[in-house]
Amino acid sequence: MTTAINIKSASTNIVNLPVLEISKLAVGYRGSEGFQRVVHEVSLLVRPGEVVALVGESGSGKTTTAQAVIGVLAENGQLESGVVRLNGTDIAGWSQKQLDTIRGRKISLIPQDPTSSLNPVKTIGAQVAEVLQIHRQGSRAEIDARVIELLARVGLSQPELRARQYPHELSGGMRQRVLIAIAVALRPALIIADEPTSALDVTVQKRILDLIDELRREYGTAVLLVTHDLGVAADRANHIVVLKGGRIHEQGPTAEVLASPRSEYTRKLLADAPSLGKARIARTRSPRVSGSDDAIVVGNLVQDFSIGGRRDVFRAVDGVSFTVQRGTTHAIVGESGSGKTTTARSIVGFQRPTSGRIIVEGIDVTNLRGESLRRFRKTIQLVYQNPFASLDPRQTIFQIVEEPLLNFDPLPREDRARKVQAILERVGLPQPVLTRRPHALSGGQRQRVAIARALVLDPQVLVLDEAVSALDVTVQAQILALLNELQQALGLTYLFISHDLAVVRQISDTVSVLHNGRQVDGGPVEDVFQRPGSAYTRELIGAIPGQRNADRH
Amino acid sequence: MTGLNTIGRSLLRDAGILETSSLGKRRAASATRWLKTIRSIQPGLVLSWFVMAVVVLWALFPQWFTSYSATVGVARQQLRAPSAEHWLGTDALGRDLLARIIYGAGNSLSGAFVAVSVGLLVGTTLGIIAGSARGRIDGAIMRGVDVLLSIPQLLLSLSIVILLGFGIVNAAIAVGITSIASFARLARSEVVRVRASDYVEAAFGSGGTFSRVLLRHILPNSLTSVIAFAALQLGWAILTISTLGFLGYGAPPPTPEWGLLIAEGRNYLARAWWLTTVPGIVVILVVLSANRISQSFGRAKT
Repeated sequence: MTTAINIKSASTNIVNLPVLEISKLAVGYRGSEGFQRVVHEVSLLVRPGEVVALVGESGSGKTTTAQAVIGVLAENGQLESGVVRLNGTDIAGWSQKQLDTIRGRKISLIPQDPTSSLNPVKTIGAQVAEVLQIHRQGSRAEIDARVIELLARVGLSQPELRARQYPHELSGGMRQRVLIAIAVALRPALIIADEPTSALDVTVQKRILDLIDELRREYGTAVLLVTHDLGVAADRANHIVVLKGGRIHEQGPTAEVLASPRSEYTRKLLADAPSLGKARIARTRSPRVSGSDDAIVVGNLVQDFSIGGRRDVFRAVDGVSFTVQRGTTHAIVGESGSGKTTTARSIVGFQRPTSGRIIVEGIDVTNLRGESLRRFRKTIQLVYQNPFASLDPRQTIFQIVEEPLLNFDPLPREDRARKVQAILERVGLPQPVLTRRPHALSGGQRQRVAIARALVLDPQVLVLDEAVSALDVTVQAQILALLNELQQALGLTYLFISHDLAVVRQISDTVSVLHNGRQVDGGPVEDVFQRPGSAYTRELIGAIPGQRNADRH
Repeated sequence: MTGLNTIGRSLLRDAGILETSSLGKRRAASATRWLKTIRSIQPGLVLSWFVMAVVVLWALFPQWFTSYSATVGVARQQLRAPSAEHWLGTDALGRDLLARIIYGAGNSLSGAFVAVSVGLLVGTTLGIIAGSARGRIDGAIMRGVDVLLSIPQLLLSLSIVILLGFGIVNAAIAVGITSIASFARLARSEVVRVRASDYVEAAFGSGGTFSRVLLRHILPNSLTSVIAFAALQLGWAILTISTLGFLGYGAPPPTPEWGLLIAEGRNYLARAWWLTTVPGIVVILVVLSANRISQSFGRAKT
């Protein structure tokens, strides 16, 4: 409590005394190649009650900077030089023991992954109580009462029940709320939120960010928000700091940075961010294939899964219908658990639907088995979300892309090699990549390989299951541009599965919105965005980050 | 078994080294790499490989290491303590103990290799069948494996030796059969894990037939940890075969075999400590070395 009072007096008396002042911070890691510096001369200020967003792609050093502030760098990390002033005191050289006295009390962290950040064998209540006990905040009864109060404050229903539950009984959003409760328990002066919502659905993301905002206003806490999403930063932050390669490329008030970015890199980030990008991918319709008809027809698709026992059935997809015209892109949108991936897998023929009709390029998928199913693979190909898991780590890129060709009518070796090289060139990969293995490639390059593997059989339909969700905005924009180009050149039909409405709006022609396995909305993209047909769609659209600022302009 | 992911990661680091070194820097890089290799040498591991190498050489060329016979004793030289003439002393029949240990290496090691091969081949095959067929076949195989696991291993190997008849090869086969269950379980779990991965599904999705996907993706990716386990089993097999030998179910006297040596020396423990102690230490050293080597496999690959 005393800290809260301190902050208040500080903020009223000397408004300009920053809560956190980082100057010329340099952090490095000892690795197999010796010492490598990843953060260079980073300086920034966080004033009381302010939100400062640290924005950058993966590997830009934003998380390292945040970790250095609170002293939780990885074992091989080292704060080389620089000053970290918390309320005027330099804590850069402090030992772990000294830092323990301020962690939780003056400065606290909301970690990225709510699943791995809670102890699975302790109750929620015990984990929230822990931070209070460590800093000796009153008797047991007082602590228990405070825990319930905190859980209620972060918006958990039935806080008494929640306190007795274990982490696995809570959803991802609820767990993130618990972590927030732990972070704000002692009303610290500064909260470091390290990608607090990256693992969550858009609607949950919005609610969590609203909560952080609300608590910030109520407690006067400053927030250092680490995020890769410029849209989130634009919505929530007063100040934006753009990091790249461990150096600050630009910093300033949010409105200024967004309106007139000074650095080339910020301009690129702004253009690439799907939620902010004014320059939409120029979508020119590919010329209609003669005798234009539907590439995919899905009618009343139902997919049940038996769970646990014999008779218990979970209905993952319940009566979904849509048609996709040849050469266009249809998006299936929904949160995790909405049945969008299940629908995609049924269409590709990886599972047999319980009932309903799926026709792809005139082939009834529901009746395929054995050899005819194998032949059908030439028509439709799936690109997976995670390019790190969808490529065999033991194969070279050449083998990966060549493999589908070996499965069908064998071509002579030289023809195969020529075809593989042509398709790799097509997806924009350099020749030397051929002999490498997937681990030597970046995420974006791997996804290009996955697309090349899918295209090498000349399929008519490509199903992209969250194919760009795991990538940085810049890489994401490149892959989306590539997909667009390929569609126009080859007349492909795309089925685009995504939770990201901003991306969907950019790339697709028609869209189906799924919620709990049911189709709640559907039609041409602009229709759905302009006149959403259901409350759920409106909520989804409202949750896209980056809109507040767009309105301000 | 998180084998695979970490393989990727550890390789990633190596690849990083390779690629960042451009042509100009390559020489400097190779120098630092040498330094790094020298620094990363683990004495324990080197010692383990040394012990293994010596024992393998004993097994292959015993005559290089001793001029004494392993089976023919010298009269009036019974139960001599270690001396310059007989480095490890002699036994009750006047046979040189060092010679018997050296010649025994061949029996013990070949027994262990037979045992591990039986377990590796049969167990892994069963595990792969169970993991890739799933359904009823999987159930049947794995319940059989459960039955095997439920019988204490020594009891099981004793029963099998009695069924097959005494002898070093039969003892080795018995030990191999008892390890089938562990190999089958490990292989199955690895196959199931790899089968569930995206790249295997992608391989099916690009038109791969079952056998092709099995050969190209599932087997290569699931066998790494099985091989590491086989190295671990080698030490265990030496120990178990020695146990069977000690109990009299292995090689018949006068064949030199480590377990048998320990058993024979037991009667003279009060007068000739070296007869049990030295073979015992040899067995312990070899088993520990095998474990250490297997561990290093595991670390490199998992």
